[in-house]
Amino acid sequence: MLTALKHKHLLGIADLSPEEIVLVLDTAEAMKEVGQRTIKKVPTLRGRTVINLFFEPSTRTRTSFEIAEKRLSADTLNVAIASSSVVKGETLVDTAMNLEAMAPSMIVLRHASSGAGHLLSRICKAAIVNAGDGMHEHPTQALLDAFTIRERKGRLAGLKIAIVGDLLHSRVLRSNVLLLTKLGADVWVCAPATLIPPGLREMGVTVTTRVDDAVEGADVIMMLRIQLERMQGAYFPSQREYFRTFGMTEARVARAKTDCIIMHPGPINRGVEIASEVADGEQSVILDQVANGVAVRMAVLYLLAGGADHETVT
Amino acid sequence: MKRLLKGGRVVDPVNGRDGIFDLLIDGDRIAEVGTNLKADGAEVINIPAGLVVCPGLIDMHVHLREPGQEHKETVATGVASAVAGGFTAVACMPNTRPVNDNAGVTKLILQKAAEANLARVYPIGAVSRGQKGEELADIAELKEAGCVAVTDDGLPVATARLARRALEYTSMFNMPVIEHCEDQTLKGDGVAHEGPVAASLGLRGIPGVAEAITAGRDILLAEMTGGHIHIAHMSAWTTIEAVRQGKSRGVKVTCEVCPHHFTLTDDLLAAPVAYDTNTKMNPPLREARDRDAMIAGLVDGTVDVISTDHAPHHYDEKNVEFDRAPFGIVGLETAVPITLDKLVHTGLITLSRMVELMSVNPARILNVPGGSLSPGAPADVTILALDLPVTVDKTKLVSKSKNTPFHGWSFRGGVAATIVGGRTVYTNPAAGLK
Repeated sequence: MLTALKHKHLLGIADLSPEEIVLVLDTAEAMKEVGQRTIKKVPTLRGRTVINLFFEPSTRTRTSFEIAEKRLSADTLNVAIASSSVVKGETLVDTAMNLEAMAPSMIVLRHASSGAGHLLSRICKAAIVNAGDGMHEHPTQALLDAFTIRERKGRLAGLKIAIVGDLLHSRVLRSNVLLLTKLGADVWVCAPATLIPPGLREMGVTVTTRVDDAVEGADVIMMLRIQLERMQGAYFPSQREYFRTFGMTEARVARAKTDCIIMHPGPINRGVEIASEVADGEQSVILDQVANGVAVRMAVLYLLAGGADHETVT
Repeated sequence: MKRLLKGGRVVDPVNGRDGIFDLLIDGDRIAEVGTNLKADGAEVINIPAGLVVCPGLIDMHVHLREPGQEHKETVATGVASAVAGGFTAVACMPNTRPVNDNAGVTKLILQKAAEANLARVYPIGAVSRGQKGEELADIAELKEAGCVAVTDDGLPVATARLARRALEYTSMFNMPVIEHCEDQTLKGDGVAHEGPVAASLGLRGIPGVAEAITAGRDILLAEMTGGHIHIAHMSAWTTIEAVRQGKSRGVKVTCEVCPHHFTLTDDLLAAPVAYDTNTKMNPPLREARDRDAMIAGLVDGTVDVISTDHAPHHYDEKNVEFDRAPFGIVGLETAVPITLDKLVHTGLITLSRMVELMSVNPARILNVPGGSLSPGAPADVTILALDLPVTVDKTKLVSKSKNTPFHGWSFRGGVAATIVGGRTVYTNPAAGLK
């Protein structure tokens, strides 16, 4: 049985085998149990330094990683763009080499450029965890989404999963499509024609512009955030029109299975891509996703640090 | 002083030659090509089998970066790179700092070229003042100072109106307008070819038709005005289709393709090194269909010229996030090996056709000397080593910059020597020429 990840870094779901994905999800179950204890701390990463290097604002993801690191007893520090040298004109490579010189075990990186993690992985000894790179991937988000689905549905294979929203600019979409297709889900993706990237069909998903078709009989509806600045790129005419044609309303949810769950990686735009009644409704698991994010990130950090091979260190 | 290149295979399509001939150089001119020419006091250089003597190669699309960006390249390092790549002449783009939109900059470039005294340098002036796309540059003055063409390369001529005026105006001087075809609104902030590879890497796309739309515009304007439009560095199958149609209607349109666009595809962005910024250039590497259309155009005669779009950038500028890196790769020292290996040795084109693409046609399009070994022509000669194994090592490039995606690639064929004005300015010790 698999007990560790093959790659030193987690740059994207593209690099993970189905077995490795299942290993992360199984490990996350044990980590979730830690989070339910009164004393939510294990010594697994004691003495290891983890740097959260965030070049984009993030509340949810950065907090989630930080809590995960603290629960694993790692020494953590946050380097945010406002307090970094980048504003002084330092390059990403120089910033990384300086941090690297202080010998961290891991760097959790959030960056606006796709492939920023790949660049760092070529110059750093530290393991790089991609916490979102441009429009490329957000692997821990897809892992926590899969964990949440599996927790509710008991499986991923064979489920109809509808992903609706800005497919073109979404790193969450790319990671989720890669992960869910690897585990055998029936993935439908839906967006206005202006927000569908080329080559999606070849990734093994059904592409549609008709939201009713996407959600029909679905087990899972996953909404993606619509960035309001997209209107300037003429991707769609108005928030009002977007909500009319693609917004997730109770009427649309009614076309899905009665036990369909509603997901969203956040932050949500109420009344743009999702109605408040749906976001706050009984089928919504949006806050479960947030809760599970900590467990999944603990699992990722634990496995990248060596997993069971290093557990003897107490 | 006379020099006799004896017994080599001479490929000179303008004079219908491809066979074993002697070539006599007298001073800086070609004196005679024939069989069993008498040495008659000339220095005799025996050309071994496997070497090919041809008119000096001309690269009509390079960025020498001087003035203004001497950390990337200078005229001196650029022409050193050119002769190491077998080029006896280069035409340099005006997007320097300041822009080459006046005689002062043109003269500076020519002065630096004269000091370097290696390859000939033909400056290309800007179409518009400051390359701002608003008003025409002083094109008559540029011509008088030595410019051989105009372009706003790096950007397209901004509007159809200005492109029209440029084509009309340059027709008075027998100069082509060289166009960097790229609809800026479709390009947006794209950094890679719009297709499945860019989508999976999360890179913003530049669709192929962004190029074809501007090419189509300019071909129609050339047809209307009678001006000469030259389409630079084609990358998309739709562009070459537009050129083909224009040529069939008799429009004065010529075009060029770069080695990377007939060799590589955008798959190289994902592997072996994901997000390698040396795979980032403008126009971008496109899909197999586009690459194959470039090859088809080279084979069927639609394409007139192989140019390099030699675009040096400093290591520091390229050692950044993919979307923040500048577009461009160096190409002067890899063009001959790639062309010999991928086009000639594969049987796709003949050596004569290669010489047309890399010497005859650039000379004709720019109205500059060269392109033949006719008696009286400048003694600009490139000697190719047909079967020389060449492995590209970026650390050994003569160019000041090392940004090539071909590092580590091996090719069959290279350059043995480069002769400019009768003077040997480059000899490759590996090619067996004494």
